[in-house]
Amino acid sequence: MKLTTTKRLERLHDRHANGDLSRRTFLTLTAAAAAAAGLDMPWMRRALAAVQEVRFDGWGGTVQDAIDKYAFQPYTAKTKLKVVQGTFGDEDEIITKIKTAKPGDYQVIHSSGVNYYIKYVNGGLTSEINEANIPNMANVLQPMIEPFRKLTPKLSAVPYDYGTTGIAYNTKVISPEEAKEKGAALLLDKKYAGKVGGYDDMTTRVWYAALATGQDPNNIKDMDTIWAKVRETRDLAKKFWSSGAELMDLLSKGEIVVTDAWSGRVAALQDQGQPIGYLDPAGSYAWMEDMLILKGSPMAECEELINFMLDPATSIAVAEGQSYPPSLDPTKVKLTEKIEKLPAFDKTGTMKSLTFADPTYWATNEDAWTKQWNRISKGA
Amino acid sequence: MVMERRWTLYDPRLAWMLVAPVLVLLIFFLVLPIAVMAAYTFFTFVTAGVETSALTTANWHEFFTDSYYSGFLLKTLRVGAITALLCGVLGYFPAYFIWATTFRHKWLLLLLLIVPFWISFTIRTFSWINILGEQGVINVALIKFGIINEPLPMLYNEGAVILGMLHFLLPYMILNVYVSLEGIDRTLISAARSMGCTSAQAFREVTLPLSLPGLAAGLLLCFVLAAGSYVTPQLLGSGRDALFGNLIYDTIMGELNWPMGATLSIVLFVVLGFFAAVYTRYMGMSQIVKGLGG
Repeated sequence: MKLTTTKRLERLHDRHANGDLSRRTFLTLTAAAAAAAGLDMPWMRRALAAVQEVRFDGWGGTVQDAIDKYAFQPYTAKTKLKVVQGTFGDEDEIITKIKTAKPGDYQVIHSSGVNYYIKYVNGGLTSEINEANIPNMANVLQPMIEPFRKLTPKLSAVPYDYGTTGIAYNTKVISPEEAKEKGAALLLDKKYAGKVGGYDDMTTRVWYAALATGQDPNNIKDMDTIWAKVRETRDLAKKFWSSGAELMDLLSKGEIVVTDAWSGRVAALQDQGQPIGYLDPAGSYAWMEDMLILKGSPMAECEELINFMLDPATSIAVAEGQSYPPSLDPTKVKLTEKIEKLPAFDKTGTMKSLTFADPTYWATNEDAWTKQWNRISKGA
Repeated sequence: MVMERRWTLYDPRLAWMLVAPVLVLLIFFLVLPIAVMAAYTFFTFVTAGVETSALTTANWHEFFTDSYYSGFLLKTLRVGAITALLCGVLGYFPAYFIWATTFRHKWLLLLLLIVPFWISFTIRTFSWINILGEQGVINVALIKFGIINEPLPMLYNEGAVILGMLHFLLPYMILNVYVSLEGIDRTLISAARSMGCTSAQAFREVTLPLSLPGLAAGLLLCFVLAAGSYVTPQLLGSGRDALFGNLIYDTIMGELNWPMGATLSIVLFVVLGFFAAVYTRYMGMSQIVKGLGG
């Protein structure tokens, strides 16, 4: 039974009158109650009321459309809990917004894996998930969870999907045979000068420069040759795209004929009937994405949402919709034929066929390399 | 004897009371944020998204010693100046036409100037991609008529950036010049003509000098807005066509280096403020206010 404030005060008074409570303690407690009552504002009641909605921020476009259609809408229908959505083109952009907002304003982020997880951890933005509230995590690939757990034993994020940044090319201009033969070197082919694109992102640029110079992207020995290659691509490039929508626009309008590209977005273009081919060259950049719960979020509701999203039926539907394989372990969950045909799909569940960025190595160099890439991209 | 202090029409107390809400707003939403930004310039960057309040002059030192920043600042001022001058040249004639026309529904012409503002600035900028792109209207038409074989590279260069900014800024220039022309006593032109001036001479000796304050106000406005822009270069330019605003964006949003981003923001604020101050010293702000207020 809930006690009203008046009742509490009456009881306090009785205890004071009976001598159970000193005068000083009685006055202190009364003053505290009065202050609390005086500070009680209408918005506080609303804030303390049951959570009505969860805030989600993602990459927009076809990816978020799939999440909305196959996860959020059924979730809202089932629980009456609304998922308010926002989008971003670049995850640093949303981190800036989170930094300037109150804890709880932003709650669940569709984040770009361990490389970005470090930024949230460094910025003190992470929460602690109660994994018992997400039983569907049992189906998530352990090799995807481990890198997160190395950084924070108590997780703030749950891996959700993965993909690769391979090479996309216009099949009207470049044949699949030529693409296969040249691989990553297509981005440096002078024949396509002025028709080359690329992701406006330090990691992607350095990764592909490492492949072009025959270096291990997770253990680069000669940065000077890397920056020289990055400049070479820049000079051949027409435009470095900064969002999935822009990538699709540039490819479909024929502004560029070859670019590094996100596998799922290329699959979406192929579904639209665009003449776009895709290949993952040796050492292609693999990445994973996760659902990250920020500090100050309503944890129980966010955990419930993520558990719903990880339900095999939901997760498979989202994966098919966004064209990225889910984080579900194919040795535990039967996935569909369509998913098994997606680029980057790892049927073994070990993820050993994919080359992910070593988060510690890249985090060590992130600041200096991002600054250098920003300069090179502007002609320096 | 008690002296009663009565309110008068031009009582300074009344003036302060009326101005107080605006002053409070300005202090909280303009002065204070700028002061916070200025303080941030002395903070220490630790790693992406993390800074400490340990005071340092490292950010200012980097700005003054690294020619990368001064180079971009000069380039930004150059692009801003070119855009403003083009706006002046291209904007004067429509303003003059609207002022001089005897068309009964002059309001319609003025309305046409404002119509573009009803559409989102970003969408208006994006529309140029469909016009200037390789599969844009111009290239497709030129190829179809056999005038060219290969599409012309009209997009993702400095020309496209300036064109996008012209599109956005021209109405500001036209309105400023128009308001200035509207303030001219037309009998002065009649007097000049009656004293033997040709139309061209009357324009050169009377109309143009008297409309110069509006032109100058338009130039300042277009220059400041162009030099502070970052969306247009981002959408219509390549990386090389970035302006100082893009540097600020990348530093804050890409590198998550707020202290350096704050330093660059304060630099741009001071530089553009300097030009506005010089203009105010010689021309006064009243013309810009008229131009913006109509």
